[in-house]
Amino acid sequence: MTFWEMFYKNKLALTGFAIVVALFVISIFAPWIAPYDPGAIDLKQVLESPSAEHWFGTDQLGRDVLSRMIWGARISLKVGFVATGLAILIGMVLGAIAGYYGGWIDTLIMRFVDIMLCFPAFFLILAVIAFLEPSIWNIMLVIGLTGWMGVTRLVRADFISLRERDFVRAARAIGAGDLRIIFLHILPNALASILVAATLGIAGAILTESALSFLGIGVQPPTPSWGNILTAGKDNIDIAWWLSLYPGLAILITVVGYNLLGEGIRDASDPRLKK
Amino acid sequence: MLRYLIKRILLMVPLLLGITVICFFVMHLAPGKPTDLQTQMNPKASAEMKQRLMKLYELDKPVHLQYWSWLKKLSRGDLGTSFSSDHRPVADKILERLPITITINVLSLLIIIAIAVPIGVLSAVHQDSLFDKITAVIVFIGFAVPTFWLALLLMIFFGIHLGWLPISGLRSLNYEYLSTWGQLTDLARHLILPVFISAFGGLAGLSRYMRANMLEVIRQDYILTARAKGLSERQVIYRHALRNALLPAITILGLSIPGLIGGSVIFETIFAIPGMGQLFYMSVMARDYPVVMGILLIGAILTLAGNLIADVSYAIADPRIRIS
Repeated sequence: MTFWEMFYKNKLALTGFAIVVALFVISIFAPWIAPYDPGAIDLKQVLESPSAEHWFGTDQLGRDVLSRMIWGARISLKVGFVATGLAILIGMVLGAIAGYYGGWIDTLIMRFVDIMLCFPAFFLILAVIAFLEPSIWNIMLVIGLTGWMGVTRLVRADFISLRERDFVRAARAIGAGDLRIIFLHILPNALASILVAATLGIAGAILTESALSFLGIGVQPPTPSWGNILTAGKDNIDIAWWLSLYPGLAILITVVGYNLLGEGIRDASDPRLKK
Repeated sequence: MLRYLIKRILLMVPLLLGITVICFFVMHLAPGKPTDLQTQMNPKASAEMKQRLMKLYELDKPVHLQYWSWLKKLSRGDLGTSFSSDHRPVADKILERLPITITINVLSLLIIIAIAVPIGVLSAVHQDSLFDKITAVIVFIGFAVPTFWLALLLMIFFGIHLGWLPISGLRSLNYEYLSTWGQLTDLARHLILPVFISAFGGLAGLSRYMRANMLEVIRQDYILTARAKGLSERQVIYRHALRNALLPAITILGLSIPGLIGGSVIFETIFAIPGMGQLFYMSVMARDYPVVMGILLIGAILTLAGNLIADVSYAIADPRIRIS
């Protein structure tokens, strides 16, 4: 069975794929889908509970929660992709170097990975973000810069197992340079595991972003994000449950979607599961 | 064993140094200085005053010299003095809050083990049963739930809707007037939600890991041998299989410590618990460099110690590792 046949037969993976596609559509068409302007303040309708007019209620400034969540989808998508892209890029380059060359450079890179892995990552992220000005770009940067270690280990392991294979030796024998071997011969064979790591990484980045925004050091109001709507939920916890319930549900569904997709890709590209 | 221990502890030193170098430089090279925050609210603050403050905090020196003097103080066991208005020693500020954070984390570790191990074992033993399928779904959702959101929902439901549990702090207002027993139950009631939330993240991971381990172990030859000897199913599972499946889980517990400590920032902030995580959050916001450095250092030490304990108990439990 090919990759696509395997993937197509896996209902859970397809569900994940559908959720991810739906999020893309919502993000791209947010201005047309959102029933209200996400920034429109209406002080006559502060903290209204969900109704036919405002499906998910209104917040402390009378803004429509559903519209803010639809625009918030854009933010989480952006953060997820850029931060993970950065982490994958760093992890791929370092992992390829460490695994391909071995020796002292491998030791150096892997010791650095050990150091980065052994402190509470969330502490470091918090410290860096708060010292920089909190902005969406800084969040992407910091989440990316603290999330590359797993990918490095993964890519290194793939490179170590692939670098002595016959096809690599053959390439070397006909005079291919290191760069050519790394990028054209070995890396394509490691792509499946990188893709899985990327998909799961996006889920993780979205969770981290929402936690940071919730603590007030992520995406700053008035820009809507799922995390900072939840902050309003905490501030009004005794009167407005809808501010807490819906944005968290959106995060949950999104993360489930990416996780299902990631595991689906993993299963579909695992030769041991092919019959 | 002793030699192994000493070697491991010596290896921690360069790792810790590396961590402090990274933290120190990242923090000090970031734009924005603590003096900006302290002077921006004061219209009378002149540039000269800012300079004096910078000098007081030794922020006017090059970063590597600052790091060197921080390290020299550290070697005498001195973590420096807080920049905040109380100017107390950093070590005191952290030590008075550390027990709370450690208590909550240890309690949640115990809960994680008590719940995740049986779930993992049962779903592996009864693979593809209804129980296995239901727990698989719960575990999968558990991975995706933002814990701070779950905390909010539980606060709304148990704290506000039902009014069963307090939702912030560690003590009720009338704590002073309660009997010893009353004080204990009061504390326990305040701890239920934070401990549960802090345990929640680890539950999914460990139970899934236990299930995978158990599935692998019950396919081994020695399990077949045990069955062939005519041992009861109970004995096969709980004496022979469980012991072997538990081993690798020890490492996972060790690795989950950074996550637990990192998570304490979130739940201590939500539940207004005066622990190390809350101190960290407040210090980061106030750019209190010495306190932030101190907590990062202690977080790293706790993490390394957790890994060490995990490895050592693994070695104690598994004779194969002890010999090599």
